[in-house]
Amino acid sequence: MLKKILKRIIIAIPVLIGVVLIIFIMLRIVPGDPVTTMMGEHVNLAVIEKVSKEMGLDQPMYVQFFQYVGNALRGDFGTSYRLNRNVTHIILDAFPNTVKLSVCAALVAWMIGITAGIIAAVRQNKLLDRLFMGGALMGVSMPVFMTALLLQYMFAFKLRWFPVSGFDSPRAMVLPAIVLGWNSAGSIARMTRSNLVEVMQNDFIRTARAKGLREGGVIVKHALKNAMLPVVTMMALQVSSMLSGAVLTESVFGIPGIGRLAVNAIETRDMPLLQGTVIFTTVIIIAGNLIADLLYNVLDPRIREGA
Amino acid sequence: MADYENKVSVMAGLADDGAAQIGEADTWQDKAKTLVRQNKLAAFSAVLIVVIILMAVFAPLVAPYDHIRQSLTDRLQAPGAAHWLGTDELGRDVLSRIIFGARISLMIGLVPTLISMAIGTVLGLFAGFYGGKVDFMIMRLADIMLAFPSLLLAMVVMYTMGGGLINIFIALSLVNWAGTARVVRSQTLSLKEKEYVEAARSIGVKKPVMMFRHILPNCMPSLIVLFTLNIPAAILSEASLSFLGVGAQPPSASWGLMVVRGKKYLLAGQPWLAIAPCVAIMIVVMAFNFFGDGLRDVLDPYLKEQ
Repeated sequence: MLKKILKRIIIAIPVLIGVVLIIFIMLRIVPGDPVTTMMGEHVNLAVIEKVSKEMGLDQPMYVQFFQYVGNALRGDFGTSYRLNRNVTHIILDAFPNTVKLSVCAALVAWMIGITAGIIAAVRQNKLLDRLFMGGALMGVSMPVFMTALLLQYMFAFKLRWFPVSGFDSPRAMVLPAIVLGWNSAGSIARMTRSNLVEVMQNDFIRTARAKGLREGGVIVKHALKNAMLPVVTMMALQVSSMLSGAVLTESVFGIPGIGRLAVNAIETRDMPLLQGTVIFTTVIIIAGNLIADLLYNVLDPRIREGA
Repeated sequence: MADYENKVSVMAGLADDGAAQIGEADTWQDKAKTLVRQNKLAAFSAVLIVVIILMAVFAPLVAPYDHIRQSLTDRLQAPGAAHWLGTDELGRDVLSRIIFGARISLMIGLVPTLISMAIGTVLGLFAGFYGGKVDFMIMRLADIMLAFPSLLLAMVVMYTMGGGLINIFIALSLVNWAGTARVVRSQTLSLKEKEYVEAARSIGVKKPVMMFRHILPNCMPSLIVLFTLNIPAAILSEASLSFLGVGAQPPSASWGLMVVRGKKYLLAGQPWLAIAPCVAIMIVVMAFNFFGDGLRDVLDPYLKEQ
């Protein structure tokens, strides 16, 4: 098992280097001088040259890249042009908010998704199944910002049950969590249903029924345990879509998280901050994929033994 | 010698079978009938998609008003008989803008999806067919692309190149090829072991011909399904990019852009300005998703298992 974990980590390293390289190159070919962007148009040319030298921007690109990677490995993503603060500190300040939002959203997604999936599978091809699966596809098809705007309008503006924006109280967290979770709930429900329907056709389910177990017991104790394996892995894989969705959710509800940071960095053309947030988010996604992979190994004895 | 020629002709026959396999197994009419019989919702979605496409093509004839005609005396009117979906802050008819916006959304659904799928298909074919170092390089590149959160990567591309439709095409094409490459690669790996490919190889068919004439046509069912499911994803991405201010630029009637402008009026008592384009996006995306889902069941159970 340890060997497998090490192997997966080693495979992730070139991917990570590729990610940093691509982002680095893309942000270096942006038209315009970064120092002029940072200091404004009307600054003396000599000052611009001096600052460029101080920031190492006069060096060849490959030297800048290795310097950046070296600093990033020490946890230093540079200094934000606009906020004049260390990017790592800015990201670490915003990250807990994104984690809080993602965890709440994941809880919503799991609760709604798994429950809807089970009910749809049990009532296969009946009205409830079609209703839930239609709802699930709607969840997948609805743009995150649409759910956000609709819920904001209904529950915050019209009914005044929740605050319109912010993230400082449990009440303020409800709407953003539902918005972000609703989207993932659709995929979880569809996957839970299709796995459960497949597992329910196995011989061991017939045996469980034959020995007189109640239908609820058959589903919870026997079928669900087997059907949930791919669903659990999918949940870890959804870190990626959650983080993408968080960009939109945080923008609508004004939550000071990583996504909003990235949008602000683009608006203010703050290259180090944008670079840092994208790389940081991608590292989280790679870690999520790694965990999903290993989780599958831990949960499924067939794969574990085959390894 | 006669025996050899006989074998070659059998091999050539097998190779031709492979190249033609797709057309002979089940005709498209049969599959369309199965789709209508099996999944009414998917069939209805197909009709809806055709209607939306026609509406977009004939927008100047269908739209009740000119979508860029401003009328400050009619600004911010609620939905009514004159303007079914109301008017915006410049007095432009929202329904007409949605009808014209369908052109942009469909174009953004189709063009980047076609480009990204063409890139992904070629790279997937090469990776699966040649294997070894070629496979390793292409698949690591795909891993890197898949590691990025797609929206953030598209945002960075747009940041680098600036807003506008062409740049959205480029951004979404660059971001979305990796998924197709993975599917095509895995299919190529299994298809290249089939007898008809073996037969083609043994009669000296060149590698590019084998890839594009014998293997690619047999990947088509998965590609068609993937195409149908990638279109709504591209539409959603464009809407999200425009919503975040890095996508289409005014005065374009992009649905995403309409939502952003309408957002300001959501809490000011004119919710239709944001809700109407949102609903339009949802209807198109749902239609493609339902249709793609149904198509997958009919054409490609393999993709469903994946």
